[in-house]
Amino acid sequence: MTDANTNFLDSDTVPLSLHGPAPDRVVVGYGFWLFLLSDILIFASLFAAYAVLSGETAGGPNGAMLFDKKHVFVETACLLTSSFTCGLGALAVRQFRITGVYVWMIVTLFLGLTFLTLEITEFDSMIVAGNGPSRSAFLSAFFALVGTHGIHVAAGLFWLIIMVLQIMTLGLTPMVRRRLFCLGLFWHALDIVWVGVITIVYLGAH
Amino acid sequence: MNPLGRLTLASIPFDQPIIMGTVGVMGLGIFSILAIVTLKGWWSYLWREWITSVDHKRIGVMYILLALVMLVRGFADAIMMRTQLALAAGDVKGFLPPEHYNQIFSAHGTIMIFFVAMPFVVGLMNFAVPLQLGVRDVAFPVLNSVSFWLTASGVLLINLSLFIGEFARTGWLAYPPLSELAYSPGVGVDYYLWSLQISGIGTLLSGINLTTTILKLRAPGMGYTRMPIFCWTALASNLLIVAAFPVLTATLGMLLADRYLGFHFFTNDAGGNPMMYINLIWIWGHPEVYILVLPAFGVFSEVVATFSGKPVFGYRSMVMATMAICVLSFMVWLHHFFTMGASANVNGFFGVMTMVIAVPTGVKIFNWLFTMYGGRIRFSVPMHWTLGFLVTFVIGGMTGVLMAIPPADFVLHNSLFLIAHFHNTVIGGVVFGVFAGYTYWFPKAFGFKLDERIGKAIFWCWFIGFYLAFMPLYALGLMGATRRMQHYADPHWQPFMQIAWAGAVLIFCGILLTIVQLIVSIRTRDRHLDTTGDPWNGRTLEWSMPSPPPPWNFAALPQVEGTDAFWAIKQQEKKAVNEAHPPIHVPRNNPTGFFLAFFTVVLGFALIWHIWWMAGVGFMGDVIVLLVQAWRTDNEVEISEYDVARYYRRAKELPL
Repeated sequence: MTDANTNFLDSDTVPLSLHGPAPDRVVVGYGFWLFLLSDILIFASLFAAYAVLSGETAGGPNGAMLFDKKHVFVETACLLTSSFTCGLGALAVRQFRITGVYVWMIVTLFLGLTFLTLEITEFDSMIVAGNGPSRSAFLSAFFALVGTHGIHVAAGLFWLIIMVLQIMTLGLTPMVRRRLFCLGLFWHALDIVWVGVITIVYLGAH
Repeated sequence: MNPLGRLTLASIPFDQPIIMGTVGVMGLGIFSILAIVTLKGWWSYLWREWITSVDHKRIGVMYILLALVMLVRGFADAIMMRTQLALAAGDVKGFLPPEHYNQIFSAHGTIMIFFVAMPFVVGLMNFAVPLQLGVRDVAFPVLNSVSFWLTASGVLLINLSLFIGEFARTGWLAYPPLSELAYSPGVGVDYYLWSLQISGIGTLLSGINLTTTILKLRAPGMGYTRMPIFCWTALASNLLIVAAFPVLTATLGMLLADRYLGFHFFTNDAGGNPMMYINLIWIWGHPEVYILVLPAFGVFSEVVATFSGKPVFGYRSMVMATMAICVLSFMVWLHHFFTMGASANVNGFFGVMTMVIAVPTGVKIFNWLFTMYGGRIRFSVPMHWTLGFLVTFVIGGMTGVLMAIPPADFVLHNSLFLIAHFHNTVIGGVVFGVFAGYTYWFPKAFGFKLDERIGKAIFWCWFIGFYLAFMPLYALGLMGATRRMQHYADPHWQPFMQIAWAGAVLIFCGILLTIVQLIVSIRTRDRHLDTTGDPWNGRTLEWSMPSPPPPWNFAALPQVEGTDAFWAIKQQEKKAVNEAHPPIHVPRNNPTGFFLAFFTVVLGFALIWHIWWMAGVGFMGDVIVLLVQAWRTDNEVEISEYDVARYYRRAKELPL
């Protein structure tokens, strides 16, 4: 989309909106931001459903009886740290420090996997105890909301592995760097959603 | 265990002559098309130029073709319903048993909204927006192709339901608890859910794509307040898609979890809340009607300015009104179910908001009228549709405001009055709008105009047909007739139903004439050739290039200095096309969309019929296609200086 003949305007005197088509980097980032907003709206719907149904335990256990706050604390620590290491990875990409990119991506992968394992353990123990999503509307909303976040984390990890392979095979080309930028945005967005999850679901349970 | 899940030979309704007859005709049609394509050796042309094309103009045309085909399907449902109701009074039971009738009205609504109106509108935006903005393509051309093919996947699945299994009997929004497993154990609701989920993802991606295009890719100098009104309405519509379609995806996802995994979001037992579904679905559903009608408003704005020979009146108020509707459309959803039993204050709020949203629409109506005032109006076909719209939509809007009063709505809720109201706005607004756009941009897409005489006949068929078909429904609604009824006892209703049937037949003539018009126009195209690229004396940039436009649209991006960019160029007698032609990069053809759609249909079909191994195959297929795409690096082709120059030389010499 960037053509030499589109940038003939003097950038100092002409407002940005009149500059003509934006460069690829901006266009891709912008489109991905829009995608993230739409994704966050999926979570917004699930949060709304949770808010409506959180009291509908149908005689079953409520959140306060089910949630182990220590467990959630470790999960949160893993995910928030992984966002930090993901950011360090982005800095390494910007400075073309390829070893740094690999190291921080693998640390992020490890932290993400730990988070997922902890979440699966929590789900498993609840389901085994008979408190699966079919138990009550509250638990349906809980599993859907937290599970959707978990599926996103899993998808993010898959994407991360693909990106490691892309760096290995293609190198840090502009295309690969754009994708790494989007992956970073995605990962941070999942963090923001998780902050909503712990606040409303886990800390909100009483 | 059956390796095909729930699918057996008994799933095919051999005992239903109407369905089998339809399937036979459809099958024959599809078979003969495939046979002709094979015999004529067109496959490689189709694959190269259309199926794998990532050119926004081609994709736009394919969307519109899909919409026209599905219009026939959706209309077949409509005429069956009207015929049934013209007959089934008193002791006569008609020819459609209730369980079949229920599938027909569900399919009619679903198809008309999701697979006729949506692809038509998205197709027009895809075709015209990049041209009007003065750029070479949308932001993400491959994604655009993926969006189209996912929409086509949804279409394929919903049509399969006719032949294999059944469709939902729940109405077009599949309200629970009726749509829950307990009351709809068959595959009908699953067909509904998966075809909507798949095409919905396509629509969402297309919304992201076009929003990015409008906000980030515009010709130099094309500031926000210089964009054509159609681009503004497209922006509003696509913002609404990005904001509303995720809610649809989430809501249908919750219903899927209820049906497939035993969740209790909307069930009657274990604390589920069916009204939550109805709230959520309308949080998507009301913006959806504006997603459809705003681009239609944009078409009318372009048409009325062009054929009045004047800039559109009140450009800024038009933009403000568009964006006001965009925001307000999220604040009126509850008016679809005032009868839910919310408090008087809640109903009052939504009633007032509903009246408020009529204000910016009114502003637009006056702007269109004032655009015509003092203009030199040419009464061509798009202008016919626009004038028909102005009259019809005002009536539809007024009956809408009438129902915005909660106490009145309690009487009219789910009556035929409501049916008349929303057909009044959707036909009078969206259908008239897309037909105006279709006629207006057709010469740009293909290089020749549609037959004018037949075009006017189509308009009159739809216009008179609409009034005959739906005005009696207003009266019937006030007399107490409800929607979705297959039979009625009161013989006094029958004359009204028969008038409505006559109206539907007239609309049928309009649809037939659309096909005739296409054939006649193609055969006599030498007489309607558009050799100038500007057949209507247009004002916006799409008219500044030859028809059909070259794959790169603009050899050099135009420098825009105000609204109505092309009009300004014409007044200054400046050359629209730069003479120097540096090599141009255009996106390379890409089969990703087609393959993704193929595996998604496999996945969707498998999920509907509980064929889990096949679902795995479909899913893995999708993943592999995406990975192959991820490693593609040659996404552009260069068109040499020589080829570009040769194109323009030819365009000057020969009629294309």
